[in-house]
Amino acid sequence: MQNFAAEFNSALALILEGDSELWAIVLLSLQVSVFAVLISAVIGMPIGAALAVARFPGRRMMIVLMNALMGFPPVVVGLLVYLMLSRSGPLGILELLYTPTAMIIAQVVLVTPIIAALTRQVIEMLAEEYSEQLRSLGVSRLASVPVLLWDARLALITALLAGFGRAIAEVGAVIIVGGNINHVTRVMTTTIALETSKGNLALALALGAILIGIAVAVNAIVSALSLRAEQEGLRHA
Amino acid sequence: MRDLVSDMTNCLRARDLQVRSNGKALLDVHDLTLDGPGPTLILGPNGAGKSLLLRCLHGLISPDRGQVVQDGTPLNAYHKARQAMVFQRPVLLRRSVAANLDFVLKRQNMSRTGRKDRIVELLTEGGLEDKSRQSARSLSGGEAQRLAILRALALNPETLFLDEPTSALDPSATQMIERMVLRASSRGVRIVMVTHDIGQARRLAADVVMMQGGHVVEHGPAKQVLDVPGSEASRRYLAGGLVT
Repeated sequence: MQNFAAEFNSALALILEGDSELWAIVLLSLQVSVFAVLISAVIGMPIGAALAVARFPGRRMMIVLMNALMGFPPVVVGLLVYLMLSRSGPLGILELLYTPTAMIIAQVVLVTPIIAALTRQVIEMLAEEYSEQLRSLGVSRLASVPVLLWDARLALITALLAGFGRAIAEVGAVIIVGGNINHVTRVMTTTIALETSKGNLALALALGAILIGIAVAVNAIVSALSLRAEQEGLRHA
Repeated sequence: MRDLVSDMTNCLRARDLQVRSNGKALLDVHDLTLDGPGPTLILGPNGAGKSLLLRCLHGLISPDRGQVVQDGTPLNAYHKARQAMVFQRPVLLRRSVAANLDFVLKRQNMSRTGRKDRIVELLTEGGLEDKSRQSARSLSGGEAQRLAILRALALNPETLFLDEPTSALDPSATQMIERMVLRASSRGVRIVMVTHDIGQARRLAADVVMMQGGHVVEHGPAKQVLDVPGSEASRRYLAGGLVT
C-alpha cells in the first residue's frame, strides 16, 4: 500500500515538476492525434456530407461499409498499415515505418470512418429539416452543402472531438507501425503499456492521469456542445 | 378563348393536377385559376390536399399528372424564382436573425451596404429591429414566423405562399402576421394562404378556395363562398360539422 502511495506521489511530482521526458511524450501524442484528426476531417467530412445529400447507386452500400469501418479492430488496421509501409510493401519506398507519420496514417485510417459517419448522420438530419425551405429559397442541392455544414458546425465539432478521443487513446495500431521507439514514436498509450510491464509505475501513472484528464476534457466539451446543439434544435421542434 | 386569356394574363393556374400515392389520388384538381388581385385563402379539413396543392403551385412537388401554368407557360425556374413560401413550422437557419435575412439577400448579389439597409427595413417591417443579433432559433413562435415571412419577402416575390402560418400562434401574434400579409398584398404580392381559421379567411381573403378529399369543391369571392356556400361540403365545413 505504501508502495502505491509512493508511486502516486512520484507520478504527481513528475507532472508538477514538468518532467521533460513525460511532457515530450504528451506533446508527441497530441501532435500525432491532432494531425490525424485534421487530415481525417478533410477526408471524412466531405465524404459524409456527400453521402448525406447526394443520391447515387451504391450509396446505401457505402454507408454500411463506412459504419462497419468504424468498428474495425485497431490492431488489424495497424497490421494493414504495417504491410503497406513495410520495406516489401507497396509504400515501402517512402520509408515511413516506425515514424510519427506512420502513426498518423494509422490513426487517419481509424478516425476517418468515425468522422465521415457522424458527419453523414448530422448532415442528413439537418438536410431533412432544411430541404423544402432551401429549395423554396432557390438553393440547389450542391449549394446546400456549405449551408448545412455551417449550420451543423456544433455537431461537427463534436464529431471531430469524438475522433480525437479515439485517436489519442489508441494503442494497438500505433505500437505496430510506430514501434514505440524512445524519443521518436513513443506516445502516451504505448509508454503506459511499456512502463507498466517494466514496473515503472510512476511514469505510467503520470501519463495515465494526463490521458484521463484529456479524455475527460474532450468529453466535457463534447457534452457541452451536444447540449447546445440539442437546445438549438429543440427550441423550434 | 377564355382558357387562352386566363393563361396569358398574370395568373397562376392548376390544370388537371393530380398527385397520387399508393394508387390513391391525394390531390385531384381539374382546373383552378388564381388571378384576382387580393389574397386567396385555401380552406378545408385535414387531408383535403391544401398543403399539397400549395407545394405543387410552388413547384416543390411535381404532380403525377397535369401541370401548373403561370403567365401562360408551364411553371419554370424563372417563375419559381419569383415565388416564396412560408411553412407552417418556420425553418430558420441556425444563425442570428439578421444573418437569416442576409442569407437570402446575398444570393441576390446585393452590395454589403444595400443588404444592411434592406435588413434594417425588413426588421422594422416585422417589428424585430431589436432582435437583429439574437439567435433566430431562440425567437418565440410568433417572432420566428414573422422572421420567416420577412425572409420570404426579402426575395421580392410576386407570389407568396403561406401554409397555415398562424396555426400555432396566439391571437396577438396572429394579428401581427395578418397585418404583414395584408401589407404585402397591398404592395402587389399575390398571396395564396392555407388556413383552418374561418375568421381569418373572413378577415383576409378576397377569394376562397374550398377543398375536400383532394378536390376543389368551390372557388369564388370570399363573401360568396363564406356567406352563401354553393356546395354541401362547404356548408358543413363552415357550419363546423364533420366533413368526410
